[in-house]
Formats: sequence, structure tokens, C-alpha cells
Amino acid sequence: MDWIAIVSILGAAFSVAFGALGPALGEGRAVAAAMDAIARQPEAANSISRTLFVGLAMIETTAIYCLVVALLLLFANPFIS
Amino acid sequence: MKSPLENTILFQIGPVPIAETVVTTWVIMAVLVSGSWLITRRLRRDPSTVQSVAELLCDLVDSQIRETMRTEPGPYRAFIGTLFLFILVANWSSMIPGVEPPTAHLETDAGLAILVFFAVIWYGLKAGGARGYLKSFAAPTPLMIPLNFIESITRTFSLLVRLFGNVMSGVFVIGIVLSLAGLLVPIPFMALDLLTGLVQAYIFAVLAMVFISSTVAEATEHPETEKD
Repeated sequence: MDWIAIVSILGAAFSVAFGALGPALGEGRAVAAAMDAIARQPEAANSISRTLFVGLAMIETTAIYCLVVALLLLFANPFIS
Repeated sequence: MKSPLENTILFQIGPVPIAETVVTTWVIMAVLVSGSWLITRRLRRDPSTVQSVAELLCDLVDSQIRETMRTEPGPYRAFIGTLFLFILVANWSSMIPGVEPPTAHLETDAGLAILVFFAVIWYGLKAGGARGYLKSFAAPTPLMIPLNFIESITRTFSLLVRLFGNVMSGVFVIGIVLSLAGLLVPIPFMALDLLTGLVQAYIFAVLAMVFISSTVAEATEHPETEKD
């Protein structure tokens, strides 16, 4: 196994590991804020949870990008011919 | 382990290779179209059970469009409803043994995202004409033209990657757990997959609505209301 493969595997692991950190913290904050809002104003729960879902999807995209980068490194690496 | 970016070729029609994804997609399309045709063939004033369920679903799509886009759902019902139903059925088709959901492949998601891209242009043109649609790029100021232009492409890309990443990772995790632990262990993951599938179909439809309604709102904005 040459060093490009080793570095690719390490890169994939690091990209998923650190790519999961940021969105996890962000989603935690978003859900906490939404819970707070629903507790204050239970009658607005419907519209709050709809906005929450869309926002979570937006935040989650960054983690998904990291996952796709890891998959590209593992399965479609442009540097290994 | 099989790469999630590759397609299994089932057979060839002339020079065109037909992948497994295409066959699954066409089966889902046939089921949805024939199902809708069978349900709406004989509509009655006092609905049967099946008709009630279909009306409930249609009403749900209508109310979501009304709440998200703040307009009457008429012109958008067919497009948004079809997107939601197709992605939902495609995501949940992983529950049938041996079937891989077509949304777990990049090509199907790319097709859906490109549909949304063109739908935004189509509804923008229909609402404000060519001038109104082009003006929606210059909102709120003409300084934003390059950014708005780039955004219309990158949001299509992020729509595609979001659906692909979520569905594919679900299928992938089930495959890994199955190969590590055995027969009954992946069932909780499959239950989680059902939830993810529903949420992703909902989010795809909601984001399509948000993109369309923001373009339509900017295209129909009148200059005299901008000043005050």
C-alpha cells in the first residue's frame, strides 16, 4: 500500500470526525432554542417545528459534505489511478 | 465493499446500459401513476376509504403549501406533491428485501434537483415575465447579482448532496451493521431509516417550495412598494 492510500484513509477519517463536530454543536443549539420557544409559546409549535426541520437540514448539509468528501477519498480517489 | 458511487448494470438495450436504479425508478413510477389513476377513476361525493386517504394526503400537501408559500396551492400542488410522494416511496422502497432505493444513487437525486432548478425558473418566468425574473437576481441590491447567480446553482447542488448523503448513508450503515453483527441487529437502524426517509422527503419538498416562493415573490415585487 503506497502512502497516497494511507493518507487518503486518514483524511477520510479526519473529515468525518471533525465534520461531525460543528454541525452537532450547531444542531444542539438550534434544538435547544426551539424547545425553549415551544415551552414559552406552545400554540406556535407547528410553525416552529417546521422551521426547525428546515434549519436542521441546512445545518446538517455541512456534515453531509464531509461524508461525501470521505467517500470520494475512499471510493473515487482522483490521485490513485 | 461495493462503492456507493457505482451502479449495477442489469441489462443492455442496444448501446444503452440499463442500471438497477433505472428499473426501480420506473417500477415506482408505474406504481404511483397506476395507483393514482385507479383511485381517481371513480370519484364519489361520499368517498370510499381509499378515496378518503387520497383526499387526506392531498389536503396535507395543500395545507403545507399554504403555510410555507403563503399563496393558494393550485399551481404548485402537482409539482410539490409529486416530488414529495416520489421521494417518500423511493426512500421507503428500501424496506422491500433486495431493493436498493434509487435516491441512494447520485443520478436520481441529480435529476430531482435539476427539476427543482428548472421549476424555479419556470414559476419565476410565469409570475413576473422575463423582466421580473431577471430582476429577482438583483434583489435586494444590484451588488448581489453575482452572489444570487452563484446561489441558484449551489443550492441545487446542496439539495442533491443532502438527499444523496442521507439516504445513501442509511443504506450503507445497514449494510455495515449487517455484515458485522448478523440477521436481526440492523432492525433499529431500519426504523431510523424510515424516519430519515420521511424527513428528507419533507425537507426536499419544503426547500423546493421555499426556493420557488422566494423567486416568485421577488419577481412580482413592484418598484413602488420597494420605495416606502
